[in-house]
Amino acid sequence: MELKSEHHGEILVIRAVGDRIDAAGAIQFKERMREIIQEPSTRVVLDMSTVGFLDSSGLGAVVAVMKALGPIRRLELSGLTPTVEKVFRLTRMDSVFIIHKSLPEGLRNAG
Amino acid sequence: MPGSTLQVAELTPEADALERMVFDGDPEAVRTALGELFERPILARLTEGCRGTIEIVLAEVMNNVSEHAYAEYPGTIDLSISAHGDFILAQMVDTGLPMPGGELPGGKLAGGDGIQDLPEGGFGWFLIRSLTRELNYLREGGTNRLSFCVDVDYQD
Repeated sequence: MELKSEHHGEILVIRAVGDRIDAAGAIQFKERMREIIQEPSTRVVLDMSTVGFLDSSGLGAVVAVMKALGPIRRLELSGLTPTVEKVFRLTRMDSVFIIHKSLPEGLRNAG
Repeated sequence: MPGSTLQVAELTPEADALERMVFDGDPEAVRTALGELFERPILARLTEGCRGTIEIVLAEVMNNVSEHAYAEYPGTIDLSISAHGDFILAQMVDTGLPMPGGELPGGKLAGGDGIQDLPEGGFGWFLIRSLTRELNYLREGGTNRLSFCVDVDYQD
């Protein structure tokens, strides 16, 4: 799973370039995300619009990244595909994250 | 493994279609096997939502095997999927360690008041139990045998 990041003003936009965050890739995803979020920003948005599949390992990794952001910043998610959205909804994690249908205008070419 | 073929034949006499795959019980092989399974005709006509549901459940049960059953030694996963009208039956056999206590985990979601208390795991069995019915586990002759049904819809 490749991750591309770009600053847009105070927003750090991270684009997941890959089709799945699963047990085979969750640890690598978590470690790479932890490196990227060291960059200062007031908001962090993870664009998941190309991620078609996420399992419980991937969900755990996304939760771990949210925790690593600390008490001020919350992880915002964008562009959840149907199966990924289902995993967040069933586990009620959709109420924990700020979820955007798609990246706000002006941020769509990030990365 | 001849035994599991027999069991499949006994349990699924009226299947519309049947696929069987045997592969290593590790995360990379599980990912590859899932990719191959979803290329095969048995799941091709399901709605996207049902395909997603089946992929979630299969990934969870198989990752559980690779992480826990094969935690101390490697082995294979023998997966059979059969279509029966409005449901899909999945049967999975591995030769790993038994489930703790000989039973499937309950799969209750852990709670947390604040973000720092959120669980980072324990979602797997909750998802499996939410998305399946007739979930059944048997420890038999050094094998774990898990089976379950998922209700499905087909594209028109």
